[in-house]
Amino acid sequence: MAENIRLEVVTPEKSVVSEGTQIVMAPGSLGEFGVLSGHTPFLTTLKTGALKYKDESGRERFVFVSSGFAEALPDRVTVLAESAERRKDIDVQRAKSAAERAEVRLQSGDRDIDFLRAKVALLRAISRIQLAGTR
Amino acid sequence: MPSLKDVQLKIQGVKKTKQITKAMNMVATSRLRGAQGAMDGFRPYAEKFSEVLGSLAEKAGEEASPLLIPKEEVKKIHMVLCTSDRGLCGGFNINLTDGAKNHIKNNPIEGAEYSFTCFGKKGRGWCLKEQHAIADAHLGVVGSKFGFSVASTAGKKLVDGFLDGQYDEVYIIYSEFVSMAKQLPVVQKLLPIPPIEKDESDEGFSEEYQAEHICEPSPEALLGDLLPRNLYVQIYRALLETSTSEHAARMTAMDNATKACNDMIDNLTLAYNKARQAAITADLMDIVGGAEALKG
Repeated sequence: MAENIRLEVVTPEKSVVSEGTQIVMAPGSLGEFGVLSGHTPFLTTLKTGALKYKDESGRERFVFVSSGFAEALPDRVTVLAESAERRKDIDVQRAKSAAERAEVRLQSGDRDIDFLRAKVALLRAISRIQLAGTR
Repeated sequence: MPSLKDVQLKIQGVKKTKQITKAMNMVATSRLRGAQGAMDGFRPYAEKFSEVLGSLAEKAGEEASPLLIPKEEVKKIHMVLCTSDRGLCGGFNINLTDGAKNHIKNNPIEGAEYSFTCFGKKGRGWCLKEQHAIADAHLGVVGSKFGFSVASTAGKKLVDGFLDGQYDEVYIIYSEFVSMAKQLPVVQKLLPIPPIEKDESDEGFSEEYQAEHICEPSPEALLGDLLPRNLYVQIYRALLETSTSEHAARMTAMDNATKACNDMIDNLTLAYNKARQAAITADLMDIVGGAEALKG
């Protein structure tokens, strides 16, 4: 069996994940990538979405990440994200209301609103809901 | 000589005040713990961030982002002033607003225009009084729980303002938490971003970073993405530091107030006892005088 690679997911508020993994699959901004032990040093920004990894016992686990970037080194992967949470910690209710709010704002056609921000918020909420729904 | 009743009322009043200051001290203590926890939680992120940014900046070179390039003519200066929402924390807010005032005084620029982003009611009040333009005010942030989004929203406005030419330079004034007894007002330049210094002391780390990273997209694009975020990180850190400082300052101030209350109570009790004694003596004199008069 391949050697384990260490995964750290850190947000400004706290450390979300810190454990040994078999493989990490992350949503890079130019496409999803997988990291195994011995990966060449690699740095990329991340899309809003799901980060997958297999923990030491081989169970698949999911973490939601948004506005982040990842650094892969031969022995570890570090993900710095503005927000991140494990699948079981996702607050679906909150995500749903955030999605509604963003949709209302986008459809209002008001010139004053920040379209980009509303779109990003909507995207974030949708990927949270999707990820929570895969359980 | 004050009357007995007056002194008694005064003692009661001071005792009530003492209860309040003591309670505020304890609240500040527990909030301080929370704020320090938030700072501890943030440290791993901040450290990792500056590590990555440092190694990237070296690769991408000086002029990778417009945020790094100083403006030729500096007229429009924007300051982010972090203060608390509430008072009763000693000289905490005055130190910060004085920091802003001194910075303006010590760096005179002819025809400069100053504008402010205020975190905290006290700073906003000061700006209104001094008639500085306020671009933005955020209340209810410093001193309570807040998320990273506060810093990124505020930071984004600053970056946009800098790129639009609304601001030529942006500074942040916050209180650095040195120790429980010491909080220092600090003025730091946010934009244009000062050249990123490589931390020479971290030899162990830089060794590892000798290895060339593959960057996706290009190092320049990555840097362009990370630099604004670095700004948010700094604002967030400044807010955390200011919050922690506020609670520490309030703790000290309330501790002193409680002590002063104790002194006052001691003095007033002494005065009360003296007045009581004087009244008893006067009564006795009356009784003795009356008895003597009857005898005669």
